[in-house]
Amino acid sequence: MDLEFGPEYEDFRQEVKDFLRQHGAKSPIGTALRSNETISWQKLLIENGYTARTIPQEYGGYGAQPDLIQSRIIAEEFAHARINPGLGGQGISMLVPTLLELGTQAQKAQFIRPTIQGEMVWCQGYSEPGAGSDLASLTTSAVLDGDNWVVNGQKIWTSTAQLADWIFCLVRTEPDAPKHRGISFLLFDMKTPGIEIRPLVDMTLAANFNETFFTDVRVPKHQIVGARGEGWQVANAILAHERDSLGNPNITLARLNALIDLMKTETVNGEPLIDNAIYRDRLMKIQGRVMAMRFNELRVLSSQLNKDQDPSIARMIVKLQGTELRHDLEGLGIDIMGEVGLCYEDNPHTRTGGSWQTQYMFFLGLIIGGGTSQIQKNIIAERGLDMPREPKVIKPSPMTAQKGGQ
Amino acid sequence: MKFGFSEEQVLLQDNVNRYLHDNVPLDRVRAFADGGTDTDIWQGLADMGIAALLIPEDQGGIGLDALDAAIVAESLGYHVTPAPFLGSAVMAPTALCLSDGDHSELLEALATGSKRVGIAFGEAIGRRNGASVTVTDSTLTGTSLFAFDADADFYMVADVNKHLFLLDANAKGLQRRHLTTVDKTRRTVELCYDGVPAACISEDPRVFEATLDIGRVILAADTLGAAQNMLDQAVAYAKQREQFGRPIASFQAVKHMCAEMAASLEPCRSMVWYAAHALANLPPEARLTACHTKAHLAEVGKFVAKTSTEVHGGMGFTDLLGLHYWFKRCGSNRQWLGAPELVREEAAALQGLTS
Repeated sequence: MDLEFGPEYEDFRQEVKDFLRQHGAKSPIGTALRSNETISWQKLLIENGYTARTIPQEYGGYGAQPDLIQSRIIAEEFAHARINPGLGGQGISMLVPTLLELGTQAQKAQFIRPTIQGEMVWCQGYSEPGAGSDLASLTTSAVLDGDNWVVNGQKIWTSTAQLADWIFCLVRTEPDAPKHRGISFLLFDMKTPGIEIRPLVDMTLAANFNETFFTDVRVPKHQIVGARGEGWQVANAILAHERDSLGNPNITLARLNALIDLMKTETVNGEPLIDNAIYRDRLMKIQGRVMAMRFNELRVLSSQLNKDQDPSIARMIVKLQGTELRHDLEGLGIDIMGEVGLCYEDNPHTRTGGSWQTQYMFFLGLIIGGGTSQIQKNIIAERGLDMPREPKVIKPSPMTAQKGGQ
Repeated sequence: MKFGFSEEQVLLQDNVNRYLHDNVPLDRVRAFADGGTDTDIWQGLADMGIAALLIPEDQGGIGLDALDAAIVAESLGYHVTPAPFLGSAVMAPTALCLSDGDHSELLEALATGSKRVGIAFGEAIGRRNGASVTVTDSTLTGTSLFAFDADADFYMVADVNKHLFLLDANAKGLQRRHLTTVDKTRRTVELCYDGVPAACISEDPRVFEATLDIGRVILAADTLGAAQNMLDQAVAYAKQREQFGRPIASFQAVKHMCAEMAASLEPCRSMVWYAAHALANLPPEARLTACHTKAHLAEVGKFVAKTSTEVHGGMGFTDLLGLHYWFKRCGSNRQWLGAPELVREEAAALQGLTS
């Protein structure tokens, strides 16, 4: 058991701190996409290796060797100083790693540099009205016509579609193949004729998502990642990246500390909420769960650093446990405030910027999105505990149905 | 950086598991529950050095730390082993090494497994109706409810001031009354004092607290092992039990119960490791993590105990399968040394959150 990163990493931590002290004031608040401030901050971070750190220099990155501890120190120090850590989003966090692994030389050269610099914004076209948990049953089709794919169909939950320059999209190219083998991974420009975007207002009353419709959208043949029919494997490579980013225990710890502050300052009948034994016990219960997830994360990190260490199912459970915990934590913030907990938007009595209600609902969204809690439980049971899959329902073939009807 | 076991610790775990697997099958646990002895089990473990684990080398011990003890406790819980590990190998040596006076003779006897020390701490954690210990001129009067290890040679008693006293089990004026509890893998006594001479070994509350903290982490580790076994049994049973023409493990309702157990139990493993490591190595965090680990494992243990029993259906409810030994072990670990609500209140107090 050794929880120290070692002196060379403490020197690195000091370098990050020095950078933040010197340049932190220039960091933009929020992430207004494509603003000059955002893009110049992003470029400064890349030059210093604080974002796009391991992306090769030929594609506009910093070109460092992957080092999980350095990445962790950067994330910790930026979070601690509350300074913008650079752009995220599905293009940077999901598409770029995929292209690095599976893209052609031309695709890497064309897309990675503008994406990491914030000049090219992406959205993700995965889910469809009829393909949610069963994503592989998607029906948006792409048919080859000369040198173009012709795309028809509908996607849903496309966040930032209204702002995106390009989309990475799963389409069915082999309608006769088994469902997991008939999918391809296409990249195309959102200004291509035939794309219609309709905002989808969610329960927070913000339009974080869209419905995106494709009618005879023509996509050049070479804009495919991986081989024809292998899009499912390409997509799975990135879904793992997405799930890793949900339910981050360090952010949960920051919210827990905000909740403790709230309970010390808010009162009911003149008594601070923290003095109420029932509320205090609920807080302590949550604190214990946060602690368990933080130590679980240490174990996951350790197993990535020490190849002889088996993380068992420690990583597989993070999305399920992390999002449920965060939803419960935000819910406690609402419960303890009684009617004040209902405040929303411009209500003058809103506390902490109205974040408790927003986060409470947002995390319910995350419990559902990226693979619902129930799908996560299937994964844990089947891949983690080696329990058998549910037998497939065999649809009668047209022949058998006919015979049955006679 | 490595958050995990050393090679030596993996070896320790393997050795203890092999010994328990070979020597303490469920029938052996049943024999103890029916009134048999645990002496041979404890002697076998002591021969492997388990009784001497935390005792310093210059006192005849091995000088390992709480993480090693947690590794052993997890295995003991996994096999619902009857053994005086918590008192004789963990709490008593911890207190004796921190307290005043020369206890080398007793420590050496503990290290070989030839003497056992029971623990009566209830008074200083949460005194219940019918309990009261009064100390006058180094003699005890009154009653300690619920001391563990009915077969101890000595008892370590805490009073309401968190002072620690050591007394001989055969001392004049001491009466041991056997108390039946639901957990038959451990034997519990009530200690009645009628002017019993007792040596005060510590008036420093920090000695009591350090002893309590390690005791709580070790109980949590025991729950980790017991709950892991219940999960393993549930998954194995679900794979072989068939209903409606297929293994019940293929029904989502059953799979989700197992996944929920696994998902809540897996982080507990890291929590127990961290809390045990913190006791000796991260003093500012040690008390708080010990409290939270005790309370959190109590909650998860309760959930797993119930859910695993349900996965087993009617069989889970029978004595035939013996699953109830694990159910009750989780339940008793939850109550001993502070039930979760009381321990969480201590956690709040440690952070200055109580008025």
